[in-house]
Parts: sequence; C-alpha cells; structure tokens
Amino acid sequence: MDNSGIDGRVATLTERLLRGDRRAAGRLISTIEDDSASVEQIMRAVYPHTGQAYVVGLTGPPGAGKSTVVDELIRVLRESELRVGVVAVDPNSPFTGGAILGDRIRMMRHAADPGVFIRSMGARGHLGGLAVAAFNTALLLDAMGMDIILVESVGVGQSELEITGAADTTVVVIPPGMGDGVQAIKAGIMEIADVFVVNKADHPQAERTVADIRELLRMDPSPPDWLPPIVRTVATQNQGVDELWRVVQRHRQYLEQSGELRRRRKRRVEREIVGIAEVRLRAQVLNPKLATTEFETMIDQAAERKIDPYQVVERVVPRSSDAGR
Amino acid sequence: MTEGRVRVLMAKAGLDGHDRGVKVVARALRDAGFEVIYTGLHQTPEQVVNAAVQEDVDAIGLSLLSGAHMTLFPRILSLLAEQDATDIRVFGGGTIPDDDVQSLKALGVAEIFTPGASTVDIVEWVRTHVGESAVSGR
Ligand SMILES: Nc1nc2c(ncn2[C@@H]2O[C@H](COP(=O)(O)OP(=O)(O)OP(=O)(O)O)[C@@H](O)[C@H]2O)c(=O)[nH]1
Ligand SMILES: [Mg+2]
Repeated sequence: MDNSGIDGRVATLTERLLRGDRRAAGRLISTIEDDSASVEQIMRAVYPHTGQAYVVGLTGPPGAGKSTVVDELIRVLRESELRVGVVAVDPNSPFTGGAILGDRIRMMRHAADPGVFIRSMGARGHLGGLAVAAFNTALLLDAMGMDIILVESVGVGQSELEITGAADTTVVVIPPGMGDGVQAIKAGIMEIADVFVVNKADHPQAERTVADIRELLRMDPSPPDWLPPIVRTVATQNQGVDELWRVVQRHRQYLEQSGELRRRRKRRVEREIVGIAEVRLRAQVLNPKLATTEFETMIDQAAERKIDPYQVVERVVPRSSDAGR
Repeated sequence: MTEGRVRVLMAKAGLDGHDRGVKVVARALRDAGFEVIYTGLHQTPEQVVNAAVQEDVDAIGLSLLSGAHMTLFPRILSLLAEQDATDIRVFGGGTIPDDDVQSLKALGVAEIFTPGASTVDIVEWVRTHVGESAVSGR
C-alpha cells in the first residue's frame, strides 16, 4: 500500500467495504459521520458501486411499532435470501448531545446474521445534517452489497421528512387511536406516504384509524396514479408484514414501469448536491464573516436601530454582479 | 463535545430478567454526553459482538448476574479478535468474585464494576478510559 496516514486508512477500509467486510463498513460509517474531509475520498471510491439497492423508508410517530415492523421485514426479506441493511435514525437528543439509541432492541434476533447489517444513528453533530448522514450511510450499505435498505426514522417533522424523502418507497406507520392525530400529521405525510401501515391492528381502534386515513386520502384533490394502500399489521405477532412487503414490491414495480423511480432518484441526487453545496458555501463564505467582531458590532447597531438588517447583510454578503444574472 | 462521538454498546447477558441496573448506567452515560446503543436483555456474545462491530462502538458494557462471566467475557474477547475489533474496550458489571475479576482483567477485560460501584464511577471510568483514547484513535 503506497498510501499513508488517513488517506491510506480510508483507502484500505473502502476496499474492504466493497468486498462486504462488516468491520470496515462500521468504521467507514463512523468516518463519514465524524469527518467531513474523508467523505469526499470515500464517496469517490464507493459511489460507482451504489444504486443497486432498493431503499425503503419507514416513519411514523414514537412508539408506532416501526422497529418491530422493520424486524419482521428483515425476517421476510431473509426468507427470500435478500441481504438487508438497516439505518435506524433517532433524532432525539435531549441535552448534552448524548443519546440512548434503542431501535436495535427489537431487531436483535438478526444481529448475528451475516446477511443483515444494522446501524443506529443519533442526532449529534452532522455537518451536512442528519438526512445527509443517513443517506450516505445507506450508500455505504448499498456499496457493501445489501439488496434492500430499510431506513427507520421517528416522527414526521421536517428533518424526518427529509430522511424518508431519500427513500424509493416511503412507508408511514400509524398506530391506532391517533384520533385527530392523523389529521394533525396529515400535512407532512400526504406528500411522502407511498404506503400506510396501521400497526397494532390487534387494537380495537385500528379499523377507525384505517377509515380516518382512507378519508384523508379521499380528500386529496388530485388523485395520483398511485393511491397509497393501507396495510394492517400486528408486527408483534408476525401478522401482515408479508403483505406489506408484497405491497412495497408492487410500488416498486409501479415506480419502475412509470419511469417515476428514475425521476425520484434524480431529484434525490439533486437535493443531495444542493445540500452539500449549501453546507460548503456557508462554511466558506458565510461562517468566516459571521465570526468577526465587525459583524458583532453591526448586530449591536441593528439592535439599536442604527442600521437595518438588510444593510448588515449587504455589508456581509454584498449583492454582487451575479445578482443580475 | 468530544464525548458526543463516543459510542458505547450496553447489553445484558444471561437468563435473569432484570435490566434496571444496565438502564440506569445507560441513562447516566447519555446524560454525560455519550451515545449509548442499548440492545436489551438475554444477549449472547455473538449478538453483542456483531452489534458492536456494526455500530462501531468504542466500548461494550456488559451486565450480568448469572454467574456465567467466566465463559461469556472470554467468548466476547475472542469473537472481537476474530472480527479484527480488539480495540473495542470491554467492561462489565455484576457480582463477580475478586479472583475472577483479576483473571478477567488478565484476559483483556478493561474493567469490572462490582455492585458497590456508583454510576458516577462508571461514567468517570468511561470518560477517561474510553472517551479520550477513542477520540485520539480516530
Ligand atoms: N399490541 C401490539 N403492540 C405492538 C405491535 N407492534 C409493536 N408493538 C409494541 O409497541 C411498542 C413500541 O414498538 P417499537 O417497534 O419500538 O416502536 P417504534 O415506532 O420503533 O418506537 P420509536 O422508535 O421509539 O419511535 C413495543 O412495546 C412493541 O412491542 C403490535 O402490532 N401490536
Ligand atoms: Mg424504533
């Protein structure tokens, strides 16, 4: 190996990853999480080997049963001898930057299966945002040879929408008895849900929730050519998840045949590129200027109404000749 | 802030059904800024080590009461060696006799906390023996 230092370490790990080495995969995911500089080197080596895996996002409110559904999906996929990568994202980090990541608990029966790779991800310190980190992790799992990648993320807030927005098929898991809750989260989920799962269908309120979702779908003014199916599951009793997988496969077929899969993936890559560019622009152009004492002084002046915020911005980022373009 | 990058896998091995102790330690580590991957009860060494490799943790904290420590810890260490992961520290807690503590440490278990240890002790140990070396090792 003629490489040395960090570059050499990353190059070796990348080669190992492409051969399916799990230790290398684990290490590289940490590297992309921690260190922005090596990401470029890793991506250059890995990216040509990606695009093979199919990515399924699962989101929904806390405790809906997402991890239990993922655990069952792993079982179903392993029965078809598909290799499965899981990214379990937990954006909650109460304070101090620490976190307890517990999604894995429900999936431990698959821990020692060489055809399964599960990675938990917390919220802290991702330069490009949590969605980018989750997306890059999925790329590494893709490159190491996983056929299907399941991305679990709690909630339906903005960052979670971005996370599942990076999926090919997005599954929204709803527990029974949300009542007006379904209404409340509708704004976010209507655009992203390709498939609804009403989990805990053993619960008496389940049919009511199915009806609520159906009602919401009916209110959608422009019926799309894919009407999101609603699948009932009891993930703790192995019920309905085989059917869920059949529905996801149908959605995949629809995406492939309609050309929508290519459009989706193109839009995803575009978002990724814009996101990376924004981070770099901010770091190179904006952050150095915001860290100056002049900027502090201008904030004071603006707070005292001596100048207005637009004048401050004009001094920090002058409207350049680009503006007319 | 540097602790934010340190990941610790916490697991409970053995047949007994209590995880209160390990959960208390997990929360204390979280509050100290560590990222804790909690894997739950009844874990086998194979599950623990495979999860640790996938999660790329800096340390494994194993809690056990069952008396099987003289088989479980060595098994974990040898599986870590097989997976090219001997840099992952292994520490543990449980009712373990002094003699066994010494033997386990000689085998490569980094630290054993017996029931008298406080969570403060454990957090402090992780901070000095896992946190700093993990950060400098990257
Ligand atoms: N009755 C019933 N309980 C279920 C079902 N699926 C999951 N649960 C239980 O619901 C609880 C939460 O399940 P998880 O799979 O951890 O839910 P989650 O959505 O991943 O939770 P977070 O990741 O914390 O948001 C657990 O106690 C499960 O055992 C089900 O179909 N029926
Ligand atoms: Mg979960």
